[in-house]
Amino acid sequence: MSRKPTAEELVAAVRLFLKETVRPQLEGHAAFHTKVAENALAIVARELAQGEAAEQAAIASARALLGTDEEDLDQLTRRLCEAIRTGEISLATPGLLTHLRTVAVNQLNIDQPKYSGLALATKS
Amino acid sequence: MRKTQEIKAALSALAPKLIPDGAEIHDLVRLSGGASQEIWAFGVQSGAGLSTPLILRRSPGGAATMSNAAIGLRMEAEVLKLADSTQVPVPRVAYVCAPEDGLGEAYVMTRLTGETLAPRILREDAYAQTRGKLAAQCGRALAAIHRMNTSTLPALPESGGLDQLARYEETYLSLDLPTPTFDLAIQWLRTNAPAPRSPALVHGDFRLGNLMVNETGLVGVLDWELAHIGDPREDIAWACVNSWRFGNSDKRVGGFGDLEDLLAAYASAGGAEISPKEIDWWEMLGTLKWGIMCMIMYEAHRSGADPSVERITIGRRVSETEIDLINLLEQVSP
Repeated sequence: MSRKPTAEELVAAVRLFLKETVRPQLEGHAAFHTKVAENALAIVARELAQGEAAEQAAIASARALLGTDEEDLDQLTRRLCEAIRTGEISLATPGLLTHLRTVAVNQLNIDQPKYSGLALATKS
Repeated sequence: MRKTQEIKAALSALAPKLIPDGAEIHDLVRLSGGASQEIWAFGVQSGAGLSTPLILRRSPGGAATMSNAAIGLRMEAEVLKLADSTQVPVPRVAYVCAPEDGLGEAYVMTRLTGETLAPRILREDAYAQTRGKLAAQCGRALAAIHRMNTSTLPALPESGGLDQLARYEETYLSLDLPTPTFDLAIQWLRTNAPAPRSPALVHGDFRLGNLMVNETGLVGVLDWELAHIGDPREDIAWACVNSWRFGNSDKRVGGFGDLEDLLAAYASAGGAEISPKEIDWWEMLGTLKWGIMCMIMYEAHRSGADPSVERITIGRRVSETEIDLINLLEQVSP
């Protein structure tokens, strides 16, 4: 073997194990939580694949909206929240909803790509 | 499985109080669902051999609930008993546990037969007829709930729309999980709040998941832990929150029905005349509340109060409420 197992492969293997081996042996509450655990690993798998690109897109979009050179996403997010709380930025601010939609769509593609609200948001 | 045995032993001691001549507890199993409370199904057999299916609902000591507005199971049992005396279909309370029963805060009720799983109710052929009339049945049930006379009950918490907005905003800020979409929704809701309607008993969690149906329609309104005195539009809008449409976004009421049908049945059953437009503000508030509840559940995991995989995973449902809020904000955008 020329390389070690990747994070993606490990996550996929554990998810398969939960689904095919563990869950069929359980019932009720424990089976339900096992299904939730499988879903959590599916989120991890999608984040491994898309997380970096989603973060960069969120940073670029927030920087454009706020007109700043700040590079840290957490700082950018906090600054935007603050500007909305003070009324400096509002629903009437051009680009705000477009920015929020871009960030939320990318996040939902990781968290829950089948969510109905995502289809509605990308249709409009 | 030690816990199951302990609960079985405690229930066995109570058997004669649960049904006349109750003797033996059988088939005790914890059910899924009910994220903030434990729900156990079991049967109790009488000395004559007759079995009665029951449900035990208990609050595990000290565990975090989904919302800090929960009224506690003793109070919930009182509200259920009152609802049972009206047109609202509910399980019958069989016994409210005392501390010495060893089950914590808990009560036992009859086990209704039917389906609560939203995907089945929304998609299985067996419920096609039910789906067609469920919105009107919900309207009638809500009218009956909102007309209930609560003067015989101990005082229930009171909270209107702006009270809830303020309380959830405070929680959101204290959790320090900033998301600009929530701040924008909070600002809009605060600026555009409607005048309150006459206060009524509000169920507080009236949505698919807490509604039991069979092939002929609604058979039970469950999970009254968030009951309070408030604005009746809160209940109607909560059933409309997109998360509770389970994929059927085009059907505003729970993914199964039209709001116009619910409101018409509501008014003809003695409820107020309410327009669909009036529900918009409340639907946005409901969506925001569900998003903050998702954060609260993540916090329950983060703080160690409830380290389950379910709690932390619900934290990733925040983005679903963000997109719903954005879709709603776009409709009111100047």
